[in-house]
Amino acid sequence: MKDKSIKTLKMFGLGFLEPLIRIFSGEEPAKNGKIFFTRALLPLLSIFVFIAIWHAGAMALYNSEADARIEKAREEQGEEAAIAMQECIESGDISCQPNTLPSPAQVYGAFQALCQDHQSISEKKDDFKERVSETNEQREAQGLDPITYTGRPSFLDQIGTSLKTVFAGCLLAMFIAVPIGIIIGLSPSLRTSFNWLIQILKPVSPVVWLLLVFMIVKTVITDPSLDKSFIISFISVGLCAMWATLVNTSMGVSTVDKDFINVAKVLKLNIGQNIFKIILPASLPLIFTGLRITVSVAWMVLIAIELLAQSPGLGSFVWEEFQNGANDSNAKIIVAMFVIGLIGFLLDRIMLSVQNMMSFNKGMA
Amino acid sequence: MQTQLQAVPTMPEPVARPDMLVCQDLKKVYPTPTGDYVVLDDLQLSIKESEFVSIIGHSGCGKSTLLTMIAGLNEISGGQIIVDKDPVREAGPDRAVVFQSPSLLPWLTALQNVMIGVKQVFPSASRAEKEEICKYYLDKVGLGNDFHKRATDLSQGMQQRVGIARAFALKPKVLLLDEPFGMLDSLTRGELQDVLLEIWQKEKITAVAITHDVDESIFLADRVIMMTSGPYAKIGDELEIPFERPRNRKEVLEHPDYYDYRAYLLNFLNH
Ligand SMILES: Nc1ncnc2c1ncn2[C@@H]1O[C@H](COP(=O)(O)OP(=O)(O)OP(=O)(O)O)[C@@H](O)[C@H]1O
Ligand SMILES: [Mg+2]
Repeated sequence: MKDKSIKTLKMFGLGFLEPLIRIFSGEEPAKNGKIFFTRALLPLLSIFVFIAIWHAGAMALYNSEADARIEKAREEQGEEAAIAMQECIESGDISCQPNTLPSPAQVYGAFQALCQDHQSISEKKDDFKERVSETNEQREAQGLDPITYTGRPSFLDQIGTSLKTVFAGCLLAMFIAVPIGIIIGLSPSLRTSFNWLIQILKPVSPVVWLLLVFMIVKTVITDPSLDKSFIISFISVGLCAMWATLVNTSMGVSTVDKDFINVAKVLKLNIGQNIFKIILPASLPLIFTGLRITVSVAWMVLIAIELLAQSPGLGSFVWEEFQNGANDSNAKIIVAMFVIGLIGFLLDRIMLSVQNMMSFNKGMA
Repeated sequence: MQTQLQAVPTMPEPVARPDMLVCQDLKKVYPTPTGDYVVLDDLQLSIKESEFVSIIGHSGCGKSTLLTMIAGLNEISGGQIIVDKDPVREAGPDRAVVFQSPSLLPWLTALQNVMIGVKQVFPSASRAEKEEICKYYLDKVGLGNDFHKRATDLSQGMQQRVGIARAFALKPKVLLLDEPFGMLDSLTRGELQDVLLEIWQKEKITAVAITHDVDESIFLADRVIMMTSGPYAKIGDELEIPFERPRNRKEVLEHPDYYDYRAYLLNFLNH
């Protein structure tokens, strides 16, 4: 029971909870307490230290910007204006607040505001649905498309869109990179001939891929009902992110243990059996290592691509807030930054557990 | 047990059996950056049907090279190898190999590892029949309770047992073993030697086993073949081991001739 739960935890990347379980089952409390302290409490502590430094830094920036404003008022409009400015800043009036790095508290406030915003938008959506349900039924009967909500998406909707794009991009990357990787991996001459192309294309910036995809999609897809910006962004994400999987797959296939190849030879497996029974299973661990890199690269380039393609998602959220320049815009951008980081971390953890499941050396049954 | 020491190492076979494996003028050249390296040259060897032969020789003399050539996993540079009247061209299940490392497919269970070969060799057998064959051999190597264990969950010794079962289940004409117990501790090694001989006793498959261990070579084989050191290695000498079969470790060790055989082999290796 205990060992099983530890194994499960480890599989999900929650290995730092292991000592806690051991303590509860009465196993060397002193030693495991120490391990828990270093593995779980110290990281927490470091987060607190980070927030404290951030808070202090934000305060310092705030004060220096406030001083600058007061000084500027004094120089341009005299002593009275300076005092007025100081009072205005101290009163917390929005019109004269220094606009700088937001403090942790402000960011938390923005986070709450975003959650509330999501709630109100969801309510609006439900309301809208109710109101148009009858009309939509009629339209459906007439063979027309239903009316859909076209209002502003909430922050959570944007996250959903981004996740959808990344998922589609990674699937695309997988379906392109794994088969090509296997074919290249099987033949040394193909590998050398493709190597250059891969080496040249791999470092190309996401922006260029986006433009390239844009050029092609624009001409190929003429149906207006299709969501072009979504198509463009997920294809670009896939193209940027697939290289790690491609390289790892071809490496995995070309470096299959010589013993396994000998087994295949002695058994006279045909090429299909050889690929599906020996080569593919043997290279699965490396393929999944590649996919894990692909997922993290996809998430990283996604923000930039959404920003440029103006497709909805976290990227455009960040860009819009930046352009918007409202009082809490900076704080919202930082909320987005943490959300992006956290989701990236979670995606990586998921891929890590999949990867662990796939590696046969660990003896996962 | 009453057997007499043969004064001459090579004695005529009591029953004339046909040759199962013949190497004629066998040559192996490895191209290296500093020129060709001739490992084997003009090597002659013939092994009778149902004979168990072991090969000893210094490290690097070309024993594995010879074995992989017989298996068809290594190109022949000159001469030829004939297995049951057919010259060897490529690898095939009629020459099963047990390597030093068990080389099981780690993503499969013990049963599946044997099954993948059985499916190739008996394509027309029913599913139940194939499973019957796999289970029979796994049971014979002492893994009757571990059919569905993953290869990675088995100990080295158990993995090598699966390797032996896998080889026998192919019903090969020749069984090739390259230091099959080299990676095991001496206790496990002894157990596996017994397991190997026990199955071999039933199947009587022509077998060639490479070993570094003089005692192992005597215990297993009807004939020990001694290879000269490379380059240009060939067969240096041979020694018949006429102990009765089935063999029992204790009886073999206590046999009055045992130490003479042992001394003979060690003498060859030390000169
Ligand atoms: N692919 C190769 N290319 C070049 N030289 C090789 C190759 N394989 C083996 N050799 C050389 O051929 C010689 C014989 O090798 P082989 O592995 O057959 O020896 P061995 O008798 O099996 O040795 P050991 O007892 O250590 O296993 C060695 O000197 C080795 O360095
Ligand atoms: Mg060897």
